[in-house]
Amino acid sequence: MLRFLLLRLARALLTIALVVSFAFVVLRLSGDPALLIMSVDAPPEAVAAFRKAWGLDEPLWRQYLSYFGAIASGDLGRSMRDGRDAIVLVGERIPATLALTVPALLIKLGLGIPAGVYAALHRNSWADRLVMFLAVAGFTVPSFVLGLLLVLVFAVQLGWLPSGGQDSWRHAVLPIITLGVGGAAVLARFTRSAMLEVLGQSYIRTASAKGVPWAQVVRGHALPNAAIPTVTIIGFMVGSLIAGAVVVESVFSWPGVGRLLVVAVANRDLAVVQCILLLVAATMVTANLVVDLLYGALDPRLRRGGSR
Amino acid sequence: MTPLLRLAGLSVAFGGATVVHGIDIAIAPGEALGMVGESGCGKSVTWLAALGLLPAKARVGGSVKLGGEEILHAAPARLDRVRGGRVAMIFQDPASALNPVHRLGRQVQEALRLHRGLTGNAARAEAKRLFDLVGIPDAARRLDAFPHELSGGQNQRVMIAMALAGQPELLVADEPTTALDVTIQAQILDLLQALRRELGMALVLISHDLGVVAEVCDRVAVMYAGRLVEEAPAARFFASPRHPYAQGLMAALPPLDGPRAPLLAIPGGVPEPGALPPGCSFAPRCPQRDAACEAGVPMLRPVAAGHDIRCIRSAA
Repeated sequence: MLRFLLLRLARALLTIALVVSFAFVVLRLSGDPALLIMSVDAPPEAVAAFRKAWGLDEPLWRQYLSYFGAIASGDLGRSMRDGRDAIVLVGERIPATLALTVPALLIKLGLGIPAGVYAALHRNSWADRLVMFLAVAGFTVPSFVLGLLLVLVFAVQLGWLPSGGQDSWRHAVLPIITLGVGGAAVLARFTRSAMLEVLGQSYIRTASAKGVPWAQVVRGHALPNAAIPTVTIIGFMVGSLIAGAVVVESVFSWPGVGRLLVVAVANRDLAVVQCILLLVAATMVTANLVVDLLYGALDPRLRRGGSR
Repeated sequence: MTPLLRLAGLSVAFGGATVVHGIDIAIAPGEALGMVGESGCGKSVTWLAALGLLPAKARVGGSVKLGGEEILHAAPARLDRVRGGRVAMIFQDPASALNPVHRLGRQVQEALRLHRGLTGNAARAEAKRLFDLVGIPDAARRLDAFPHELSGGQNQRVMIAMALAGQPELLVADEPTTALDVTIQAQILDLLQALRRELGMALVLISHDLGVVAEVCDRVAVMYAGRLVEEAPAARFFASPRHPYAQGLMAALPPLDGPRAPLLAIPGGVPEPGALPPGCSFAPRCPQRDAACEAGVPMLRPVAAGHDIRCIRSAA
């Protein structure tokens, strides 16, 4: 078990290192922050001084090494815009993002799983078809389209809810729904197919053959087995709690991590972008690690260490 | 003698295709009946239908009476009392017939709770007794094992223990040894016979293996393309099968002694359920057919006491 954990941990760190390296290279190659942050007609000496101050005049490999050295010692760099620590800047935005993504996750789970289970249990009924139609619709409509549509109906036409900003809980309603619906659709489809797969298994028939009432067959025999593949998708959703709202935050002018990321990329504010990507990679990797551990809890076939 | 269970005119259709055409058969208390036929002849479907275990899209007709009481299309609550209680069923592949995420003891104890109201330590003690009864070594420890930790033969013993939990009057065993090694097959068959003697339980043994049926059963019923074609006491059947299909099956068995000879096969293949020939379903493959065979589906008729065949050619 310990060996398994250490191995997973090493792999997790490697994944994060790869993500950070990739981000580093792409960002350095895609534009000069000095020219973006200084004005275009700034004197060349000022641009050169800026580059020197941020270490941008050094060769790429040396920048890379010193960047990794800094990360290893816990220093994620400072924003080139206002000189504050990137980690502080990002940290300030996390609560706003979680205020959207956590309720949205609850919608995904609370709507998607029951809908998928119900559809599977009533396969080919009109309810199943309705759920699947909504799921496909919710899955295929991009979140910015859905967000704008909701704004059009509930903010512009009906005037019930504000279209953007972060002044009250009412401002959070539309972005949360926008985020939740798409995920619920994905989860409903996934849960349905996992349930259908399990309901066709021989052990379900065995349970019926020994006189277990159907409701108990579903609860005690089908759901625990269908949970195993579904957990993968849920883990992915939990992993994207921090950065899963980039588009929606932009549509609704919500000052969260996603908006910060968009602005920082546009400005080539390297430290901030890298800090966010590091955070995203870390949450995703952590979620995956938890999923792996959950597999062991849910499925005895994957448990290590043999029988008790 | 009132039969324990009687199927009358039991038919099953999937979509438009009828796969079981009116099965009439009865089981006496304590009797062992073998249901024989090749894959797809409807022998398993017949019994799954009788116990209401087919998916909802199957259309089942006819009658299934348990001790004079109709159970086909009975209310779910009543069926759940019957299934696992008065009639238990075990299946072909024990590894996939047991729930992979639950401990074996828990799966057996579930049946004990449902049918005998046993919970807690009493249920665990009874589950252990059942494991001992079906010959699972180290029973107490096996209660906490998961299906993937046991061999196929051991899992089939667990299935049998689970089936016995409700003290059934009838055990329907659907190809119980097909997925197992030959040596394990013999052990499981011996176990089923011993349990039947000990508990006075009736047995329906569904198998495509005539040898298995010959070893265990009192009576044999042969199915072909969804119909019973011959039914006879086992000794009589194996001495002189009367239906040409049954004769073909027996002829196809390799002889134990004498010189080596090429195996005999019945020419042709089983007709599709949706495209049965007119008249006798076996006629196209039958060495004894004549024009009259295609005139209509033959009735099941007696050729001796307790010996019925569905053939117009075979002499009485």
